[in-house]
Amino acid sequence: MIDLGSRASENVSAETEPEVARRGVFKRLRESLSKSRQALSEEISASLFDRIDEETWERLEEALILADVGAPTTAAVVERLEHEVEAGTVSADGVAVRDRLIEILAEVASTGRAPIDLSAEPAVLMMIGVNGTGKTTTIGKVAWHLSKEMGLSVVLAAGDTYRAAAAEQLAEWADRAGAELIRGESGADPGAVAYDAIAAARARGADVVIVDTAGRLHTQGNLMDELAKVRQVIAKQIPDAPHETLISIDATTGQNGLRQAKVFSEAVPVDGVVLTKLDGTAKGGIALAIAGDLGIPVKLIGVGETLEDLRPFDPAEYAAALLAE
Amino acid sequence: MFDQLSDRLQSTLSDVRSRGKLSESDVDAAMREIRLALLEADVNFKVVKTFTKTLKERCLGADVLNSLDPGQQVVKIVNEELASLMGGTGSELAMASSGPTVILMAGLQGSGKTTACAKLAQFFRKQNKDVALAACDVYRPAAVEQLVTMGERAGAHVYQQGTDADPVEIAGWALDRAREERRDVLIVDTAGRLHIDQDLMGELSRIRKKTKPHDVLLVVDAMTGQDAVGVAESFAEAAEFDGVVMTKLDGDARGGAALSVKAVTGKPILFASTGEKIEDFDKFHPDRMAQRILGMGDVLSLIEKAEQQVDEKQALDLQEKIKKDQFTLQDFLTQMRQVRKMGPISGLLGMLPGMGAMKQLKNADIDERELDRTEAIILSMTPAERADPGLIKGSRRKRIANGSGTRVQHVNQLVKQFDQMRVLMRSMANGKMPSQEQLAQMAGGAQRPKVRRR
Repeated sequence: MIDLGSRASENVSAETEPEVARRGVFKRLRESLSKSRQALSEEISASLFDRIDEETWERLEEALILADVGAPTTAAVVERLEHEVEAGTVSADGVAVRDRLIEILAEVASTGRAPIDLSAEPAVLMMIGVNGTGKTTTIGKVAWHLSKEMGLSVVLAAGDTYRAAAAEQLAEWADRAGAELIRGESGADPGAVAYDAIAAARARGADVVIVDTAGRLHTQGNLMDELAKVRQVIAKQIPDAPHETLISIDATTGQNGLRQAKVFSEAVPVDGVVLTKLDGTAKGGIALAIAGDLGIPVKLIGVGETLEDLRPFDPAEYAAALLAE
Repeated sequence: MFDQLSDRLQSTLSDVRSRGKLSESDVDAAMREIRLALLEADVNFKVVKTFTKTLKERCLGADVLNSLDPGQQVVKIVNEELASLMGGTGSELAMASSGPTVILMAGLQGSGKTTACAKLAQFFRKQNKDVALAACDVYRPAAVEQLVTMGERAGAHVYQQGTDADPVEIAGWALDRAREERRDVLIVDTAGRLHIDQDLMGELSRIRKKTKPHDVLLVVDAMTGQDAVGVAESFAEAAEFDGVVMTKLDGDARGGAALSVKAVTGKPILFASTGEKIEDFDKFHPDRMAQRILGMGDVLSLIEKAEQQVDEKQALDLQEKIKKDQFTLQDFLTQMRQVRKMGPISGLLGMLPGMGAMKQLKNADIDERELDRTEAIILSMTPAERADPGLIKGSRRKRIANGSGTRVQHVNQLVKQFDQMRVLMRSMANGKMPSQEQLAQMAGGAQRPKVRRR
């Protein structure tokens, strides 16, 4: 899930097996069937594929729409499945149809999947997204994993200089993760904060810099320009940086999520989605529309508020969960 | 895609008039478009189903046929039905007859509760009420600090006990203090919680019992999708909320969640939060929301915004000046600033019906920096130059360009545009409508630098 490049061996091989390092990120996912299982892997609604007839497709459409997949993507998926059943490439049997459906959904979700690229030294990760989608919390969790479980030194840049107490919120996370926090005055230029953080990371030989940004609505052109500017400032310091730009999308978001991802990716290239708040009842189906329409893969999911509740994204598991009751 | 619902309906129903009869399949086709449009706007699937059923009956029965434009007629019916589903005209908060009015705010994480608390406080401050805020979000890091900062900005008192106390206790303590200090309003901020989190929902219910609020408000993000209904139902059970605050309506989300919440719980939407600034908070207008969901623009809101911002006396003065051909660059600057006070120009454009469909403006983005530059140029002029741009020659141009950090050609461009504008105003003041060429010249000469195609 995370590509550490050459650093992986230095950090890991001395004391721990690579397998253990992998466990760092996957730990709880592998060990337990707890929260993410509850959130993601319930059985697909039993009645959905009782018999295959006209109503099946309608019920399926309904299930996908209710999961916020959106009408265009839903129509495309259902049409494809229906066509395959009619053509006989998939047998008209409940189990076969269900399995094929999960395959199709997983295929849509796993567009251009690549690990989170943190192979550069220092690697720069930038978090962007609309207000309240969970950027700061996600950064806290990522920093904790990288620092506490993978033994990397992490610098956090408090680039949200706008929202009241945003830097304080990040400071608490930095404290928990044992990461260094670089912050500016309230209202300071976020580009300058990012600049300072990268300079500090270089001076100290830190492994990863994570840049927080203020939440912004994608409709605010001036704020989107600001985001592009922050990115430029970063790129001037280290060519190719930020190496990973992730957008946080709240799983409760409806069809507007597609606009968000589109407009944000026009301002700065986006490498992946962090789908947050999947521990509620929302299914986050908009992630499928984002993957299908824009080719931006989901890389991480958030299933709760504790540090362990950030997980790598599993397309097949997610596809199954979309259809769960 | 949604902006063209009326276009799509018009084309779907275009041949109806020639046939003189609205068949069931015509209506079905129209319903399909409406269904897609509503789903695109995040109206709950089940609500859409019931809604289109009611609508279909009404469309088959109505005088859709006799109207000049069946598509427009269907849109009108949809609009009416949506508005009535959303609660007709606006509802009001319940206020205490004596002692502080207690308002409890609840919602999911990230829906914007803390910001909404501060904005609501500011809303009451504008009515000269003495407002206090209770900081009961002890879970999210720095939530208390955020409320303290934003509360101060709103001119409210913030009651907080840090993060070690129990939220129920803090709420009770804050209420006692609000009574003692004779505040008019106490707004209780609570932590964001998932509606399926039993412990936290229990806590919310206890805060409710402890403070006996006059109003419980559920804060709902306008971008919420299909899940809004489930969330609202759970909160209705634990917190028995009385109304909804819709947040982040300044984005381009259609806000179908609002409609769904109202339809399912019957609770009205009371307030709408429409921007980053603390004063971007308004009473909610159901009829306008219906139009937003349909992509029909929001002219009423625009007019009201303009009324708030434009000083009437100034407007009269201006009219007089235009008549007498005394309109100066200083007046232009004042005008531009007033318009900008209403919010980003691109946001204003979105409120105008048909703007979505106008090809030139569709993907256009008004460059606010261009307006900043214009301001800077005028501000670098002397009062004499502002009154008579004819003075601006050679060295003055250079000085103005240097002073405003722009180039001489920018200064020239502004002066030229201003001249064109004056010619136009003169002819309008004399009762003549500007010719197409003049308008085109304005649009081409004056507008182009400000409108940037994406």
